[in-house]
Amino acid sequence: MSDFWERLRATTPSRVGLGRAGTALPTRAVLEAGTAHALARDAVHEPLDVDALLGPLRDLGLGDPVVVASAAPDRTTYLTRPDLGRRPAAPLLLERTRPDLAVVLADGLSARAVAAHGVPVLAAVLTELAAHEVALSVAPPVVATQSRVALGDHVGAALGARMVLVLVGERPGLSAHDSLGAYLTWEPRPGVADSARNCVSNIRPPHGLDHVTAARTIGSLVAGARRLGATGVRLKAGTTSPPEVV
Amino acid sequence: MRYQHTVGGRTYAFDGLVDLMARATPLRSGDVLAGCAASSDAERAAARWALADVPLSTFLSEHVVPPEDDDVTRLVLDTHDAAAFAPVAHLTVGGFRDWLLETAAAPGSAAVLTSLAPGLTPEMVAAVSKIMRNADLVQVAAATSVVTAFRSTIGLPGRLATRLQPNHPTDDPAGVATAVLDGLLLGCGDAVVGVNPASDDPATVRRLLHLLDDVRERYDVPTQTCVLTHVTTTTDLIAAGAPVDLVFQSIAGTQGANAGFGVELPMLAEAREAALALGRGTVGEQVMYFETGQGAVLSADAHLGTGGRPVDQQTLEARAYGVARAFDPLLVNTVVGFIGPEYLHDGKQIVRAGLEDHLCGKLLGVPMGVDVCYTNHAEADQDDMDTLLTLLGVAGCAFVITVPGADDVMLGYQSLSFHDALYARQVLGLRAAPEMEAWLDRVGLLDERGGVRAVDPATTPLAALPGTASGAADTRDERP
Repeated sequence: MSDFWERLRATTPSRVGLGRAGTALPTRAVLEAGTAHALARDAVHEPLDVDALLGPLRDLGLGDPVVVASAAPDRTTYLTRPDLGRRPAAPLLLERTRPDLAVVLADGLSARAVAAHGVPVLAAVLTELAAHEVALSVAPPVVATQSRVALGDHVGAALGARMVLVLVGERPGLSAHDSLGAYLTWEPRPGVADSARNCVSNIRPPHGLDHVTAARTIGSLVAGARRLGATGVRLKAGTTSPPEVV
Repeated sequence: MRYQHTVGGRTYAFDGLVDLMARATPLRSGDVLAGCAASSDAERAAARWALADVPLSTFLSEHVVPPEDDDVTRLVLDTHDAAAFAPVAHLTVGGFRDWLLETAAAPGSAAVLTSLAPGLTPEMVAAVSKIMRNADLVQVAAATSVVTAFRSTIGLPGRLATRLQPNHPTDDPAGVATAVLDGLLLGCGDAVVGVNPASDDPATVRRLLHLLDDVRERYDVPTQTCVLTHVTTTTDLIAAGAPVDLVFQSIAGTQGANAGFGVELPMLAEAREAALALGRGTVGEQVMYFETGQGAVLSADAHLGTGGRPVDQQTLEARAYGVARAFDPLLVNTVVGFIGPEYLHDGKQIVRAGLEDHLCGKLLGVPMGVDVCYTNHAEADQDDMDTLLTLLGVAGCAFVITVPGADDVMLGYQSLSFHDALYARQVLGLRAAPEMEAWLDRVGLLDERGGVRAVDPATTPLAALPGTASGAADTRDERP
């Protein structure tokens, strides 16, 4: 029986072919799932190492990164008060340069995700846009802590950006503690509906989307949004965002 | 209208039904977040006394969400059946609770409750559920029967069906097929084999539709398949000739929240007509599948009702079932713990909400299932899911969601495993849908006691199932 599943396990990170103890899961599967749950819960509470992100971000050549904090002062408040995670702690003092694209790297529910994939995905997006000769201005990147997706609307509005791309840690699953989501929003401003965003989720090589594939989809969304003058359900290259994933 | 009640020597006043309903609701984080929860246990107790005295007929004249602002309220009022309501029209909310429990304990309760359903509004069932204990929620739900059908029959007494949810982080056809095989070998999938795609790209959705349809046809599995994408994508794919069994959509209890999902009610009617025209059902023709969940309306910031007051999330959830029943669905399930701890903080709140949602849906005549689930940022674990599953099995839940090892690797949350469904069937004497049971017997998976036989998958006719993916997926892009 084990040989049968061995081959198939390569096709999916799902917990397939676990075997049975009567109708129940065998001991090994129960202990493995319990351990994964423990690791995921720890990932939720781990803080973002902001300083470690700043150097690599600066190297992208988009200008000096800016750090902002949401109105949620700590993790416990962040988890129970999403309204606070969606708005800045203080008025944003960003230069209103009216870029085509603003970029926010947000911890969301997994700081590990944005630490591992945030800068590589952004770099790949810039490469993708350059390769297709999509000429657009990109603002200096913003790093946001205790942040949800909608904080990007405030950042985008403060910059006067036409679009905002939020790269955010998705909530950890049992098998995926470091999955990144990318949310693109046209004409960002506070109060944008979730259906007006597009999302590329599960960016998490090698099991989820790799950085280049994700960047290709994000790039086509950026180009499509400019053509359409909108993001959301009418722009169907990525997924529209499930509400409240982060 | 002002309501009031005195407990412990103090009089508590409630400014209207919206306030009264919210403050009578068992504590949950979403109502605290919305600012409508009772400020003390004593106030909550007082609100329950006052709510128990409200005549049911009040809900037809005093609206929680104004009909002039909201098409969900208008839909509910326009379709209310006064004749069906007549047997309980004279009762208060408290009297209705007693009537429900007396009915549940008497013979013939299912028929009585089925004929009552068109006379009830979401607000009525939400109100009565607020003064019911968990045991009441279970007992009345167990007495209620809602049966629907497409290729299998869902909701029959003594049956517990399952959605087999073979999600994959990159929609890889081989990976999806492997999870389908795993679930079928454990007797799951009789409610639906339904994938949440990681991508909403129509070409990807279509590829998955063909994959699931090919597997179903090749092995003659008596179930329906679904790719859970936006309703407009499904409507377009039906027009393009894709094999669509069920139309899926997430829905919620206010017009504003549905707009947040990019949904208007006429879209649902249009999609339903298109799916019905395909005539793909064999034992029935209910073609709609809806998911809901407490907190969705607040998360869309579309939760304000009469007087601009926040409506509690459980009442809003019941209103989503008011939307669902208008479209004659095959399946409806609350994704109860998916939304996170800001709406349902811990295992206790999730269990309570799951039982409330299940009862409210069934009382309104909706074929109710539950995604028994939680996220890693909630204060809950698999033990809480075991508790809720067991309670729902006793309560006659139509179906539950099942994923390999309870771990959804695409959506990043935990639901139930296929094994968990076998557990509930075993300890509660429940069985798969009759069509699925016959199929399990045909493929040698049904044991003599009605359970699912543990077999070496390599020896079953299903062993070649994952190979369907390579055949199915590669050519689909070329189809018109």
